[in-house]
Amino acid sequence: MIFLKLIVTNLFRHRIRSLISVAGIAFSVAAMLTVVTILQGAIGMFSGILSNDSQIVVFERDVSDLFFSNVPTGAVEQIAGWPMVEHANPVLFGIVSSAGHPIITCFGVTPEDARIQNAEWLEGDRGSFAQHVDNVVLGARAAEFLSAVLGSQVQIGHATFHVVGVVKTTNGFEDGGVFMPLASAQSFFHKEGTSSVITVKLRNKDDAAAFKKMIATNDPNLVALEDAEFTRSYSQFRILEATAWAVGGCGLLLGGLGVANTMIMSVFTRIREVAILRVNGFSHTQIGGVIFGESAAVSISGAMAGLLVGTGFLYALKLIPAFDGYVDTSLHPLLMLVVLLLAFLTGVAGALYPAIYAMRIRAVEALRFE
Amino acid sequence: MRTVLEPDGTRRIVLRATDLWKSYDEGAVAVLKGVDIGCFEGRTVALCGPSGCGKSTLLHLLAGLDFPDQGKVWVNGDEVNPHSNLLRLLRHEIGIVFQLHNLIPDLTLAENCLIPTVAAGIDRRTAKARLEELAERTGLSHRLDHRIQKLSGGERQRTALCRALMNRPKILLADEPTGSLDEQASKMVFDLLYDIVATEGVTLLMATHDRSLALRCDRIVEMHGGKIHEHAYAQ
Repeated sequence: MIFLKLIVTNLFRHRIRSLISVAGIAFSVAAMLTVVTILQGAIGMFSGILSNDSQIVVFERDVSDLFFSNVPTGAVEQIAGWPMVEHANPVLFGIVSSAGHPIITCFGVTPEDARIQNAEWLEGDRGSFAQHVDNVVLGARAAEFLSAVLGSQVQIGHATFHVVGVVKTTNGFEDGGVFMPLASAQSFFHKEGTSSVITVKLRNKDDAAAFKKMIATNDPNLVALEDAEFTRSYSQFRILEATAWAVGGCGLLLGGLGVANTMIMSVFTRIREVAILRVNGFSHTQIGGVIFGESAAVSISGAMAGLLVGTGFLYALKLIPAFDGYVDTSLHPLLMLVVLLLAFLTGVAGALYPAIYAMRIRAVEALRFE
Repeated sequence: MRTVLEPDGTRRIVLRATDLWKSYDEGAVAVLKGVDIGCFEGRTVALCGPSGCGKSTLLHLLAGLDFPDQGKVWVNGDEVNPHSNLLRLLRHEIGIVFQLHNLIPDLTLAENCLIPTVAAGIDRRTAKARLEELAERTGLSHRLDHRIQKLSGGERQRTALCRALMNRPKILLADEPTGSLDEQASKMVFDLLYDIVATEGVTLLMATHDRSLALRCDRIVEMHGGKIHEHAYAQ
């Protein structure tokens, strides 16, 4: 009890300083949680586009980005003919800009594609898609920001398209995107005869290994990956995740420096107190325990506050219409645990030097000269 | 160390130092110059001498808070060694009272007194019972939950005395324990100190300028210029 009081006493003795340290850790944790969660959400959504009613994605080998992948359309017919394949759909991705809208994601798909067939149609009907090369179907949010309704003419990039439907999807990217007939998209993006990927659904999931082997044998320029495998290995995702963790890590590093500063000040202002504890039989370990306990209290309080702030911030983002669908606010327990652990370790690391300094204080000198 | 008995053969020596030398500033300031001293079990010894003669330094060396350039210190027959037994000695064998009470201001009287028991890992029940006993004897029972800032100088020094005696040390080292108090408070604190060490059989070595207090001890040791010049037995 007294040991605990020795720990918290100093925190309350310098309330403002303690609060600043707690805030430093809290904002670091909140930043890490927010950045990682948003990016993981974005990655999840992008993966969701690929895995819409499919298990495997086929794309060009060794491309750094799927937008640069070119899969011959002929491969679709070949793959669809394999007995293990239930269906294979080509998808062409493209990004264009429009007045006031720097990024609009376009999906070139066939009428049989699950994105068209399974979507909730708010306006128009499925049958009208691909009836004309200028026809497009808009995601609900795209229709909103393009101020378009059924029958509107919309300017997308250098061309004008006729809106034949508005669909509501659960995927933020799709909801903010434009669906074009595959042939129109190929022409629009000058990628005649190719798609970015082929999404494949197998009759039996257990055939995935055999399917991948067949792809490798038939066309060495193509690679087939299961959805989870793709999410893990796709270089863009890995770069994004690494960036997110690096940004969060920098935040925590700054928070840790804040804790280190606080703990150094704490030790310097209680040299006499440490000496008193030494004279009364406190060991080096016990003295270190008081200092580490103090930093742990700061970092745990900061981490808990950071969880609340981060969760609140993510929730607030979700309420902003522009982010609706793009931000996945669901915090994964494992991520929370990792961030909490990192915050705790940061706090402990920040207290390392102050603790060593405190343990080396010579009681007789501190009592004589303080 | 062989057992050394008092001349009458009844009491053994519990605190002993031989040929203690201590200097500061790389030898420029010599404080102790070959001090030999011994204290017998249950005796009270006053360490007198002018300011700067080395009384506090000697007490620090005897408590193991500082280390001599030369010479050795034994507590209950064990040579003081910072790497092996110092912590045990500070926790169980030696209690220390300073001129400035050296209490932690943000803790209560009770919490300050319990610090040595926390260090020594003494269970709370035993510690609390001991605290109540000492608080009763020193007249502090009604102040246990008060913070140090709320206490008078005399109460603070009595608190420091309680804290020093919490773990039932066999030796109490007191460095001018009444030096910061007025005459009345000084007498009260010393009466308590003298009474408790007598009833608990604690050996007291006390540095003091106050001749009247020194004369109440069993023995007076005079220090001058870093040396012990005289061992006088009080009347």
